[in-house]
Amino acid sequence: MKIGLFSFGGGYAMIPLIQKEIESHGWLSASEFVDIIAIAEMTPGPIAVNSATFVGYRAAGILGGLVATTGVAIPSLVLILIVSKFFFKFQHYPANKMMFYGIRPVIVGLIFTAAVFVAQTAFFKQEAGYSNILSNPLSVIDIKSIFIFGLSLIGLVKFKINPILIIILSGILGLILKIL
Amino acid sequence: MKSQLKLLIEIFITFFKIGSFTFGGGYAMIPLIEKEVVENKKWVTPEEVVDVFAVAQSMPGAIAINSSTFIGYKISGKKGAIVATLGVILPSFLIITLIAIFFSKFQNAPAVEAVFSGIRPAIVGLISFAAVKVSKTSIVDRTGLILAILSILLVVIFDIQPIFIILGGAAIGLAIYHLSPKSTSKILSNGGNKN
Repeated sequence: MKIGLFSFGGGYAMIPLIQKEIESHGWLSASEFVDIIAIAEMTPGPIAVNSATFVGYRAAGILGGLVATTGVAIPSLVLILIVSKFFFKFQHYPANKMMFYGIRPVIVGLIFTAAVFVAQTAFFKQEAGYSNILSNPLSVIDIKSIFIFGLSLIGLVKFKINPILIIILSGILGLILKIL
Repeated sequence: MKSQLKLLIEIFITFFKIGSFTFGGGYAMIPLIEKEVVENKKWVTPEEVVDVFAVAQSMPGAIAINSSTFIGYKISGKKGAIVATLGVILPSFLIITLIAIFFSKFQNAPAVEAVFSGIRPAIVGLISFAAVKVSKTSIVDRTGLILAILSILLVVIFDIQPIFIILGGAAIGLAIYHLSPKSTSKILSNGGNKN
């Protein structure tokens, strides 16, 4: 609960907090913790919820998982309920409108930034490092990923395929490309 | 009463679906919200989605939970908020509990890594496409375009925390409001960036 309350800015902001709290309680070892983050990233759902559930389970079984998940969600729920009440009340004030005139474009920027950060792990071969990027780009850039990225864009723009279907298909494609 | 129950069930199912397919953190949710909540159900408008993420990112807590709660509240008040939050959390809880019980070496399985190597680049495509879509209603003039580009540069190159970027955007909007009534009335008469 304490973790849910103090993590501004999404799942990754939570990781250091979770780590500190867990260490002070002795619930998990450092390497177990790294495993949990990896699993939280690889399973669907908010990373913060995933890792909280996992830590809770390891510390105290299914009930622990349940308590940890609830704990991480409740501060959000309460705070957002309060905020949304005011938000919709003041939505039409000119000052407020002007504030969002400034905020909306930066949010678009932040969404693009999220794409850039995912691209960094998706398009580059981690083990190769970035030093050869100019002399030998093919050794660093993962061609298969660029191919899947291109396909997903074509699917979205031209054929208007549902994003959920795109995620499923790209997962299958990843598996097929690996076997080939 | 009956129709409200139906709506709540619909909200729950929609967010359960979103929770089941959000890979890699809060922003990866945006393409799904855009499709399911904006386009299919028409519960919120494209520009409201951007506002939702502004608030979700500025408040403590996971962005995915914050935005689900917020959208749920917008659709159907407190009950909607609770149902949407439960919906988005439940898939995580179930999947993680199963993994924790059965496969503790889950992430080392080559098949899982292969599936993921396919999903990750597709997520890049999905998020960028969603960003382009919301930019159409959120960036209405040159000022907006400059702000968007500036925010990308500040985060990617200078590693500035998103919360400061949002505060900066708010400050610029308010500064225009206080310093230049002329451009304010021009912006607002064009519908701001819509509302």
